[in-house]
Amino acid sequence: MEIPYTISTRPDTGLWNAKIGIWLFLASEVMLFGGLFSAYIFLRIDAAPGTWPHGLLNVPVGTMNTAILIMSSVTVVLAWASLKMRRYRAYWWYMLVTILCGVIFLTVKLAYEWPQKFEHFGAYIKPEALWKYEKYLGNQRRTEKGLEPRIEITGHLHSQNAKEYEVALDPVNAEPDNPAMDRPHFLPLPVTDKIANIEKEDVLRATMFLPTHNTYFASYFTITGLHGMHVLGGVLVFIYMWLPVSKRLYQRNPEHLANRVEVSGLFWHFVDLVWIFVFPLFYLL
Amino acid sequence: MDASTSVETHHEPHGHDAAHEHHELGWWRKYIFSTDHKVIGIQYGLCGLVFLFFGFCLMMLMRWQLAYPGQALPVIGKWLPHIFGAGTMPDGKMTPDFYNSLGAMHGTIMIFAGVVPLAFAAFGNFVVPLQIGAPDMTFPKVNAASFWAFAVGGVIMMISFFVPGGAAKSGWTSYTPLAAFSDTGPGHNPVFNGQTLWLIGFIFLISSSLLGAINFITTIIQLRAKGLTWMRLPFFVWAQFVTAFLLLLAFPPLEAAIVMQLMDRVAHTSFFLPSGLVVNGAPVSISGGGSPLLWQHLFWFLGHPEVYVLILPAFGIVAEILANNSRKPLWGYKSLVFSVLVIGFLSFIVWAHHMWMTGMGTAVSAFFQTTTLLISIPSVIILSAFFISLWGGSIRFTVPMLFATAFLPMFGIGGLTGIPLAFNSADLYLHDTYYIIAHFHYIVAPGTIFGLFAGIYYWFPKATGRKMNDFWGKVHFWPTLICMNVIFLPMFLQGMAGMHRRWYDGGQGWTVANEHTIWGLTGFQWNAPISWAAWIMGLAQIPFIINFFWSIWHGQKVNDNPWEATTLEWTAPSPPPHGNFIHTPVAYRGPYEYSLPGSERDYTMQNEPVEPAERTRRKPPAEPVLV
Repeated sequence: MEIPYTISTRPDTGLWNAKIGIWLFLASEVMLFGGLFSAYIFLRIDAAPGTWPHGLLNVPVGTMNTAILIMSSVTVVLAWASLKMRRYRAYWWYMLVTILCGVIFLTVKLAYEWPQKFEHFGAYIKPEALWKYEKYLGNQRRTEKGLEPRIEITGHLHSQNAKEYEVALDPVNAEPDNPAMDRPHFLPLPVTDKIANIEKEDVLRATMFLPTHNTYFASYFTITGLHGMHVLGGVLVFIYMWLPVSKRLYQRNPEHLANRVEVSGLFWHFVDLVWIFVFPLFYLL
Repeated sequence: MDASTSVETHHEPHGHDAAHEHHELGWWRKYIFSTDHKVIGIQYGLCGLVFLFFGFCLMMLMRWQLAYPGQALPVIGKWLPHIFGAGTMPDGKMTPDFYNSLGAMHGTIMIFAGVVPLAFAAFGNFVVPLQIGAPDMTFPKVNAASFWAFAVGGVIMMISFFVPGGAAKSGWTSYTPLAAFSDTGPGHNPVFNGQTLWLIGFIFLISSSLLGAINFITTIIQLRAKGLTWMRLPFFVWAQFVTAFLLLLAFPPLEAAIVMQLMDRVAHTSFFLPSGLVVNGAPVSISGGGSPLLWQHLFWFLGHPEVYVLILPAFGIVAEILANNSRKPLWGYKSLVFSVLVIGFLSFIVWAHHMWMTGMGTAVSAFFQTTTLLISIPSVIILSAFFISLWGGSIRFTVPMLFATAFLPMFGIGGLTGIPLAFNSADLYLHDTYYIIAHFHYIVAPGTIFGLFAGIYYWFPKATGRKMNDFWGKVHFWPTLICMNVIFLPMFLQGMAGMHRRWYDGGQGWTVANEHTIWGLTGFQWNAPISWAAWIMGLAQIPFIINFFWSIWHGQKVNDNPWEATTLEWTAPSPPPHGNFIHTPVAYRGPYEYSLPGSERDYTMQNEPVEPAERTRRKPPAEPVLV
């Protein structure tokens, strides 16, 4: 028994099976990420003043990762086109570049961007104690300018004892009245050597920048985590199609391998597209 | 079921190398890790039936507590604590936590591990490829993956009964913030606790449905036999097609919600947790800023299409059986098809009618009230077309037909009692009462489950080559029908009298349940007859279980088309071999050509070519001659 239209197209639909399958799968993926992004929108609209952070992520690194993903989307198309022209050698190289792009993206995300956040510290100040930390928050000036209040002090946690946290401040808390700090920066500013002592009894809640820190980081880690799992899945599939085992399929039926690359390429474009939404929503806006 | 490959000696003419058609698969590959759509369908069916029965048992336990609150359960009450843990039923008396677990898991198991796998996956897998004349599903390995994802999900749900603290107990809807904090704290494992396992199990069940849905849609689009155009598809195939789209598009937002609730529980995020939350009298250390309403929106965005996932396959099954047993074409085939498509579309924009108690605002309520009433139109069209299909037919009251005809009024009651709930103002009164329980159970219990029983009796001969016993089928049918109504009809009255659906003591301690009498009994007193009907209905399933297994090996042997039906699955051998058809079928006509004028038999199968004589017979008569 053989199932028809696995490789050739069905005349009246003009499609082979897996192509319909992958588009349906992508439709469900749109709904999955749609659910997560709509949660992001809900949470952001609902966020109390000062609780939704801006400019905490590394924009140049994010831009580089965006470029890497877009490039991999181009190379996967070139890989597919090479197969269609029956040039296996070129396919092999393009596929290798695609895989490396995916691996670099994941490495940057997991080994650089995430850990950097895990080392960053933030303390939300109780409303009644905000005045004590005015020199780090600059709320008087912000109120006059009609800006959202600052309720959080961030930086690197040097040490803590039973009574207080000792924090090396982020520039935004080191010079809160500097108008340059009102907007996020494209180039991330390093933590200053200015130290602040925050009394624990003034702190509403203080954690590292983990998912639990606020709803912004909750959605950031959930969405980029799920996106990263999709990248990983794509990379694994590409590795399978790049290994010698797929060369044997190529020798037997090159069109079959081309179809496989086309289908997984479509998935890869989708993963790319999700990132095109993730990048502005979390890094820029 | 013993689809032996040796039957495959007649090769299909479009020859590819015959070598790989003669693999003798081992027993494990043939019956357990199979990629054959029929075996997978039967696996789904058996698992689904087991889960249905298990879910029903949970409810039978709850019915004891409702009818006789605080009394020790006789006989089995002694050994239940040994199974479910000492804290569940000390001395045979049910604890509130265990009662809540049973309620939550009854809903979850019945819907997601029982009815969906049976109605969609089992019947869809077994029947759809046969009805469209396909050799298998388009992606057999994905199909097997779908079944195994379901099996893992089901096992995780079952395991959750045996972890410290017991299974999930926040209702089958798992509303937050309650669900975010249940099964946490001392004595609970951070991962292996009821609610977290519920979430993890759900991820597997959702993945299973997604894989299945993709496979079904692709199969129906790509593998229809030659000549089987869209408007020649049996209605069952259409119903499964729309159902697959519902699963494909409605489940992922719930998966997103489940991932977020999992994050709330495991990574202590606050997706669904508002600021300033106090649990057990103490403020909890969370960031807050989340939205409990967000969970409800995402849950019901699945939840409502899910209702149609439960009912549409039953519609499909009933349509096939009505046409077959009334020996008459299905009335209004086209309007049925368009109705089912409209239902599919509308079901995505009615979800918030489950949330009127949350105070979303009048504008939102007005919108969803309108769409909810709109969706009743195609549903009524379908039910009316079914009733009209019976008109003037020469009805054969076979066992499948009994269940199918009983489906019509039962679903009708369920549907019509939903209309008051569609109105915001009426719903505020009826919400969370037994009225709701009665309403949706009329749709899914005597509705869908009757459809499923009908389907089992109807397609059993195709799967096994043997018929189930008629007499015992009737012994199964009549008590089940009567008990269903004794169970659910009084619940409408209880609900209208104001009885709340989540009372652990069945209303014993509440004035409203003891003051008013309905037909001589108070609301609380009605619990006992309802419970007895439920237990008797449990006994009434014994003939079915015995009949089912006995008939697999000892049932009356029948030919390939015992019901004298018209659709393509009846042209395949019973049981169909691997690859299904001996000759690749071609469809020449519509699916329900019963009692064709001028035909010798009262049924003409889809693969019978249209003869020239028939063409002339079918021509419309010439202009009437006026004298």
